[in-house]
Amino acid sequence: MELAVFVLFGLAALVSAALVVAHRNPVYATMSLVVTLVSTAVLFVLLGSPFLAALQILLYTGAILVLFLFVIMLLNIGRERSSGARSPAQTWSAVILALLLAGSLGRLVWDAHKDSEAPPLDATFVSLRGLSEQLFSSYLLPFELIGLLLLVAVVAASWLARRHEEDEPEVAAPSPEDRP
Amino acid sequence: MTVPVSWYLLLAAALFAIGVIGALTRRSGIAIFLSIELMLNAANLTLAAYSRLLGDRAGQMVVFFALAVAAAEAAVGLALFINIFRLRRTIDVNRLNLMRW
Amino acid sequence: MRPLDLLWLIPALPFAGAAVNGLLLRNRHKPLVTAIGVGAPGLSLVLALAALWDYVANLRPQPFEQFLYAWTTGSLAIDVAFRVDPLSAVMLFVVTFVGFWIHVYSVGYMGHDPGYRRFFAYMNLFMGAMLLLVLGNNLLVMFVGWEGVGLCSYLLIGYYFEEAFPPFAGKKAFVVNRIGDFAFLLGIFTLFSEYGTLHFGQLTERILADPGAAQRPFLLGLSLAGFTALCFFIGATGKSAQIPLFVWLPDAMAGPTPVSALIHAATMVTAGVYMVVRTNVLYQMAPEISTLVAVIGAATAIVAATIGLAQNDIKKVLAYSTVSQLGYMFLAAGVGAYVAAIFHLATHAFFKACLFLGSGSVIHAMGGEQDMRKMGGLKKQLPATYRTFWISTLAIAGIPPLAGFFSKDEILAGTFAHPGALYRVLWVVGLLTAGLTACYMFRAVYLTFEGKFRGSHEQAHHLHESPRVMTVPLVVLATGAVVAGWIGIPKGVWETFGAHDRNLLHHFLSPVVAEVHGAGAEHGMSHLVEWLLMAASVAIALAGIGIARSQWKRRGLEADAAFAARTPVVQRLLENKYWVDEIYDRLVVRPLAALARGCWKIVDTLIIDGGLHVGAFVTELTGDLGRFTTTGNVRQYALYFLGGVVLLFWWMVL
Repeated sequence: MELAVFVLFGLAALVSAALVVAHRNPVYATMSLVVTLVSTAVLFVLLGSPFLAALQILLYTGAILVLFLFVIMLLNIGRERSSGARSPAQTWSAVILALLLAGSLGRLVWDAHKDSEAPPLDATFVSLRGLSEQLFSSYLLPFELIGLLLLVAVVAASWLARRHEEDEPEVAAPSPEDRP
Repeated sequence: MTVPVSWYLLLAAALFAIGVIGALTRRSGIAIFLSIELMLNAANLTLAAYSRLLGDRAGQMVVFFALAVAAAEAAVGLALFINIFRLRRTIDVNRLNLMRW
Repeated sequence: MRPLDLLWLIPALPFAGAAVNGLLLRNRHKPLVTAIGVGAPGLSLVLALAALWDYVANLRPQPFEQFLYAWTTGSLAIDVAFRVDPLSAVMLFVVTFVGFWIHVYSVGYMGHDPGYRRFFAYMNLFMGAMLLLVLGNNLLVMFVGWEGVGLCSYLLIGYYFEEAFPPFAGKKAFVVNRIGDFAFLLGIFTLFSEYGTLHFGQLTERILADPGAAQRPFLLGLSLAGFTALCFFIGATGKSAQIPLFVWLPDAMAGPTPVSALIHAATMVTAGVYMVVRTNVLYQMAPEISTLVAVIGAATAIVAATIGLAQNDIKKVLAYSTVSQLGYMFLAAGVGAYVAAIFHLATHAFFKACLFLGSGSVIHAMGGEQDMRKMGGLKKQLPATYRTFWISTLAIAGIPPLAGFFSKDEILAGTFAHPGALYRVLWVVGLLTAGLTACYMFRAVYLTFEGKFRGSHEQAHHLHESPRVMTVPLVVLATGAVVAGWIGIPKGVWETFGAHDRNLLHHFLSPVVAEVHGAGAEHGMSHLVEWLLMAASVAIALAGIGIARSQWKRRGLEADAAFAARTPVVQRLLENKYWVDEIYDRLVVRPLAALARGCWKIVDTLIIDGGLHVGAFVTELTGDLGRFTTTGNVRQYALYFLGGVVLLFWWMVL
């Protein structure tokens, strides 16, 4: 049963990840990322952390990716145009290096953990109570700091995204030839 | 049959590599951003897998914080994209190459 | 407060004068410049006389020390402190007295010079440095003064810096002196590392406490005492213009004449003698170095005297005469007659300063002309100058009862009394030099003051006696040249006439000469020998004068021409000063210049500059190539990043 779920959602994650990278239309790419994230959320459940799975779906798919879509719509970004300088050297060296990295990582993991057995899942490891107790005791300070970070990010984002009427000509002036 | 944890780790490595390829080959800023989210997700998966393997909830804690950081990053990053787009009418990173000799 | 407590003011006043004249005043403040420039040495003279009176009356022969402040502390403890003992007392008197009168003279001599203020600033600086040299109670303070007078000498030789030669001569003096100074410094270091002190009194004490330690083999096959004595002597040959470093002094005549009188005759050049006498304990412990000192001194004396015979520039004659007389002083120091060395130093300061100032008066009257061939018959126009010059010439020639006779005779007697055949040879050399001295000095007198005037019509018209401000110092110094010798009338003379021994100088100075066991035994000459020696030196001096009179009094330049015709080789040899400058040029200056040029062309330009150029070129090339990686393309940067990650991963993990 677990194997079937793993294979199904693992494959779904890989395929949709490939689509995220490959698709020229940013809306489709974003939707594929939704699939990846949901699949990963299922894998989180398999790994004994339903809380993370819930967070993944609520926070990532529900909030962040919606934000992405919103921005894509707002900026009206269409398909990535294949104009301009293509750089096969860049592409191929990126692919080769990435594969090398993946291979190295995989080999490292395989050599280290091919025979590792996870301890059996017990109720306390999975339980939300244990997790929240730990979060609000040992991890209280990081938790508060994260809250602060989010506040700062919200303030920064809203400041950055607002229209700077008075700045615009000044900022745009130095590079008129760069405008498409 | 239970799935060995190492399989999760391998899957995470594969997802990470896909993310790397995307981040390095796509020209659209948004697509690169999506690829980075993908890499972040792969890292989260690794953390969760190790948490399971070691029976220690610390990994899950880090994933929790990473999610929060990802939210902050997305907010600021997207705001930046909006700003760049306003100035340059594009988010093609090939055209955003002012910082050079 | 006793006068000796104001000792520090004696060097401080000239320093202050130099600072005020040099830094604060302007050329238009001429009366003030004169007041300060002459007033500071004058006040120093008054203070010095008071201090000396205090010292002689109350403290003698114990040294008086004045501590000013601790220059350094710890294991390298050196104080800035002054010392008055019989030796520095004599020097103090000579320097302040002669120095003051030369300053007075300069008011007239330099009166129309545009650099009047600069001149007095340098002169005062010199006085300060010289007094520091004389009064310092340890070798390092002495060395500071030593370098200070060297600097002033350089500045004043090159005083007429618009002309070509004086700056060159100044540079030459400075460079030649550096050679000696280096050895001096080496000696100071050696003494400090061996004895841990540079204080004169303590040093003498510690050396005498363990004579064996000072005489153990040290370096270059010399004992410790011998090595340091040699170092000091090399230093002295530089400052006091002895063979082989005497070449700078004749060229130093390019400076104004008062400078020649003060620095290059009376005071600075005698610093080497003072230093050797100051460290006489070392020389007494190193007889071989003492012998060297005596030989070098005698050789310098006769070489310079022969050169002086063939010079036509009146100041050059006096310059070689100075070198020759300094040779006498070193001869005295070398044979252990330290008192005689200081005695001759003091008498020489009077008559040679007087001679230089007299020559300055002549040059002044001649409108800057220094060539004796253009002079002649000046005694009518310059009576005061003539008389003082004549008296001083008699003094240097060694005619009793003038000053030069007593001091020179004491040196010759000391040389004669020293055991060993070599010293008899040195005595003969000294005697010959005495005759030559008389001869060339009277040649100068006759060429300058007797016969017919040989200069241009314009110069003849211009001839005049110098103003009072210049003649008064001449008279004072000539008086000194007469009476200065009377403080050292030898013991034998007194005893022959059944009187008590009144050799004042000898009694006064003898505590300075360290008593080293088995060295410098008191010579016991019979009175007869002593009288015979005196007779010999007077006879040879008279012979020298006689030759000069017969040759130059009537015939003037013809005698020179006849001499040249008879012995052309000797004439050319002397006229060209044995080609010493040329030999040094070939042997030392040119190889060094070639080496320097080699260093410049090869080491500096080729290797150092070339290396830098290569480095710069490589850097530029790397930058030129490297900047193509900076494309501004973010994805490319990310690719480098990834490459780095993979490499690090392999290196650190796998």
